[in-house]
Amino acid sequence: MGFLDIKNATKSYGNVEVLHNVDIAVEEGEFLVLVGPSGCGKSTLLNMIAGLEDITSGEIAINDRVMNGVHPSNRNIAMVFQSYALYPNMTVAKNITFGLEMHKVPKPERDEALQSVSKLLQIEQLLDRKPGQLSGGQRQRVAMGRALVRNPDVFLFDEPLSNLDAKLRVDMRTEIKKLHEKLKTTIVYVTHDQIEAMTLSTRIAVMYNGYVQQLGTPKEIYDTPENLFVATFMGSPAMNILPASVVVKDGLPHAEITTSEGQSALLPFNQENMSDWAGKDILLGIRPEAITDPDGVDRKSKTVVPISNRVGVTEPAGADTFATMELAGKDCISRMRADADITTGEIFDFVINMDKAVAFDPQSEMRIK
Amino acid sequence: MSSVQTQSVQTGRITRKFIYLFLLLMALFYLLPFFIMVVNSVKPLSEITGGNMMALPEVFTIEPWLAAWSTAQVGVEPTGLRPYFWNSIKMVVPAVAISTVLGAINGYILTKWRFKYDTILFGLMLFSCFIPFQIVLIPMARILGILGLSGSTYGLILVHVVYGIGFSTLYFRNYYAAFPTELVRAAQIDGAGFFQIFYRILMPSSGPITVVCVIWQFTNIWNDFLFGASFASGSGAPMTVALNNLVQSSTGVKEYNVHFAGAILAALPTLLVYIVAGRYFVRGLMAGSVKG
Repeated sequence: MGFLDIKNATKSYGNVEVLHNVDIAVEEGEFLVLVGPSGCGKSTLLNMIAGLEDITSGEIAINDRVMNGVHPSNRNIAMVFQSYALYPNMTVAKNITFGLEMHKVPKPERDEALQSVSKLLQIEQLLDRKPGQLSGGQRQRVAMGRALVRNPDVFLFDEPLSNLDAKLRVDMRTEIKKLHEKLKTTIVYVTHDQIEAMTLSTRIAVMYNGYVQQLGTPKEIYDTPENLFVATFMGSPAMNILPASVVVKDGLPHAEITTSEGQSALLPFNQENMSDWAGKDILLGIRPEAITDPDGVDRKSKTVVPISNRVGVTEPAGADTFATMELAGKDCISRMRADADITTGEIFDFVINMDKAVAFDPQSEMRIK
Repeated sequence: MSSVQTQSVQTGRITRKFIYLFLLLMALFYLLPFFIMVVNSVKPLSEITGGNMMALPEVFTIEPWLAAWSTAQVGVEPTGLRPYFWNSIKMVVPAVAISTVLGAINGYILTKWRFKYDTILFGLMLFSCFIPFQIVLIPMARILGILGLSGSTYGLILVHVVYGIGFSTLYFRNYYAAFPTELVRAAQIDGAGFFQIFYRILMPSSGPITVVCVIWQFTNIWNDFLFGASFASGSGAPMTVALNNLVQSSTGVKEYNVHFAGAILAALPTLLVYIVAGRYFVRGLMAGSVKG
């Protein structure tokens, strides 16, 4: 039983079911991020928690109170919208206290709450301005202030950073994280940006096609993705998915793949049960950072395999250099140290760190455990 | 940069002169009827009957204006247009106010509280914009009779409200369609109710469209003749009907100068509304079309 309990929640529009049997239990103080491509149902789920859309079947409870059919204003939630949704005709101060006024909180208490929130968010000097006179970042703060002032059980964020420019987005991201650590409130946060999901959350629910594909900590999601969709959606650049066949050599399972030079290479698996798949085809998932130059390899990793291959395109990105190469007939991205000595078109000695490699069943697209 | 600008001005100079000349002629052409009305309303009758309609007055007099306002023969009573002017005001102000408010609420519901078949309902409401007045005369007379409102100013208010709702709903619906729904949702979460959201969040941002709606309704209702002539008679008639009666009065000589003055008096309120709020009218008409 969580603090925010979503049990078997389903949403249909007419005959079309857009959200299928969602089960998520969020503990108090958790930061849950709903992430997925557009149209996956994450915003619908958030709106259902907020009460802006009704639940077709199933149950949503906050703090042991079943919320089905309860009006949004009586759920003790606050929401930050993508467009900030600041009332254009009201000053910042009025915007922040409007909810309190509607809940008939007396004026002195409202002013007190306004003072503490505006101090917390450092927007004291903006209180008399109208939203139209604020910059994007300031509007963002005011929108958060409006949510904070209510002191709700659950905060709901609907892609709050997607309207900001890249630099400000990173700053605000840090700020939201700081705020969460300071206030220890329960947050449900919707985004399509997997980096936001990874950095902010204590847990992530990856959604696709109206299903929760995987629910877990950022590390679980990143290291042990449940299926092919989660594997490729989370992480940038995306995980390399290579067709390979399983062979057993010296009693240990290996993945056999072909290099760009037409030679076959054997990559030992980190899990012994892969022997069951001997002679069968699988999809091997390797993160770009697990394919690197010999000096860039993680010294703690147990299984490091050298592999010689021809370098395709190199993309220096400042902190790292990305290089593509052909493996098993696919373009494969590797991540080097920035000053790795690598030249386009030449043979280079890559190393593959198989510690974190994962294997998928090509039919079901599920991870082989 | 500046040299480029001067150049472009120079090449267009002759074309520009032609454009201005053309516009000036058109403006004069449009102003001509008004000029004739004003000029002839301040002449003694003898000057009109004995001379040139276009000529400026030799003897200036405001006598025709005073007569049109308070002493001229309207129908059988020598009351001038004054009582009818107030009839029109008593009809126009409530009718405009009620139809605008109802249109705003309709627009709010049709965009922010969507329900099944709401577009069909809106489509049906739009019909009232296209149905010719003549078609509803007889049914409307029946209904006014049943309600006991026939021949009264209240009856006319009802008719104009019913006829006005179609247009005012159209205006407000299209305006509110561009109004961000997230604001309504935020207000809902903040605990604002149906009407609180309407007058605290939507109304303060509805200035331009309200002006458009008021101007449109005001001119239409003020200028209406058919409903006024059909549903109000005698001393309850609006200004337009009274003006007709003034001009049609068959006793004695036709006092063209008084007629001209009366016609200007009848057109004055709408003219005033345009001058005062015209700027917002153009702005409001554009507002719905371009987002952001």
